[in-house]
Amino acid sequence: MEEKFIYLDYAATTPMRPEVVEVMTPYFTKEFGNPSSLYTLGRNARGAIEDARDRVAAFIGADSREIVFTSGGTEADNFAIKGVAYANEKKGKHIIATPIEHHAVLEPCHFLNKRGFELTYLPVDEHGIVDPADVEKAITDTTVLVSVMHANNEVGTIEPLEEISKVTRAKGVYLHTDAVQTFGHIPVNVNDLGVDLLSVSAHKLYGPKGVGVLYIRRGTRMVSFMQGGSQENNRRAGTHNVAGIVGFAKAVEIAEREMAAEATRLAELRDHLIRGIFEKIPNSRLNGHPSKRLPNNVSMCLVGAEGEAILLSLDMEGISASSGSACTSGTLDPSHVLLAMGIPAEIAHSSLRLTLGKETTKEDIDYVLDILPPTIERLRAMSPLDASWGKSKC
Amino acid sequence: MYSEKVMEHFRNPRNVGEVENPDGVGEVGNPTCGDLMRITIKVKDDKIEDIKFKTLGCGAAIATSSMITELAIGKPLAEAEKISRQDIADSLDGLPPQKMHCSVLAADGLREAIKDYRSKSGTEEK
Repeated sequence: MEEKFIYLDYAATTPMRPEVVEVMTPYFTKEFGNPSSLYTLGRNARGAIEDARDRVAAFIGADSREIVFTSGGTEADNFAIKGVAYANEKKGKHIIATPIEHHAVLEPCHFLNKRGFELTYLPVDEHGIVDPADVEKAITDTTVLVSVMHANNEVGTIEPLEEISKVTRAKGVYLHTDAVQTFGHIPVNVNDLGVDLLSVSAHKLYGPKGVGVLYIRRGTRMVSFMQGGSQENNRRAGTHNVAGIVGFAKAVEIAEREMAAEATRLAELRDHLIRGIFEKIPNSRLNGHPSKRLPNNVSMCLVGAEGEAILLSLDMEGISASSGSACTSGTLDPSHVLLAMGIPAEIAHSSLRLTLGKETTKEDIDYVLDILPPTIERLRAMSPLDASWGKSKC
Repeated sequence: MYSEKVMEHFRNPRNVGEVENPDGVGEVGNPTCGDLMRITIKVKDDKIEDIKFKTLGCGAAIATSSMITELAIGKPLAEAEKISRQDIADSLDGLPPQKMHCSVLAADGLREAIKDYRSKSGTEEK
């Protein structure tokens, strides 16, 4: 019998599409030129980068000059936050973020906080949604930046950026969004969203790892992230990752073509999976907003079982899943996202995230719905709490 | 990140459940931290005649629980209570550093069960 392999961790990373690999390959060998060189080989590489820049820009309604290539989403987030904070110190040293941001946003905020910047966390409701009125309340005369993710990587909740940006614009404060989970999956347009900075990563949309983009709206006061050569208009030094950038643009081209139909297909599978879990597993709860959520995200708490034990058990059956976000597996604390949403720690420890993608079929989901209930039952039977769950005092 | 031995004990945990009419019960951990362990023992002639566990927790928590039951069964109490977290981790071919606390929990769980037996049976150590 063929061994099952069902990958349901597309929010962690995605496999590269063969078409993407194909367009990248020549840039490792034949077209190896440095895009800053003036001879033909260099100009070819430069041309490929500028074509890629045009495609990414058009995809999000930006001007090509507003696109800066980075080494990925984490660099884009770091660049946005530190870049704005350090360039606008004269105006003020106050930044605002949500407590459910990815660590790539939270950690640079902590970094600045330790170095004399004031940091305010916005409250989120039980679904993880930010209230624009709270953004208005948090902004002071010294605020320079607000950072609110487009959609959360763990629970899939989509934030009301269109409303939040009305507030930041009226107050003259920059708005950054981490769009790593949405770009290439649902429409992302910098003008509709009203953002000044937007972070993107290629490997979440079937592109290569090690390449991303920071969109910087024209006129935004920034300091450069890396000092060195004059690449990216002196904003980000370092020889371009030519093959990565070319592959990224191909992934964007495919997303442009397939995104709408794929989002519809995945949302149906997502809802089928959520309904199935509710039907078959008592004491399960959905994390995140029921409808304002990524089309491919299923995040549940299966109370009375522990997340890591669930995902190890699923792995034994050929299912790759995550308990929260992949970046934090290896720590003992329950998800900072679930805690910020007011979910008690003992429940947050039972979280399971299944994220769907290109290769996911209805049969895969039905297989998960066959495997997951006995898995949870087994773990719950092993627990000393069983019937008294929730009643015991810590 | 886990050794094959840890995964084997996670897949096929030994001595899951509760011994009937236990002579000693040890409960350690708490659900807020994500780990809760209950060890029950049957004692005969000052030896651990039977031992079972119930655990809510991660892969390492389940594997260390399973391992301590194997290490403790048949042992005199004085020997069983000396089983250290390092003994458990070594028997599992090592644990990732951030998971060492699971073996602490398992060792504590057994010691609590032995303590409980001694206080119930009036055989406190001299």
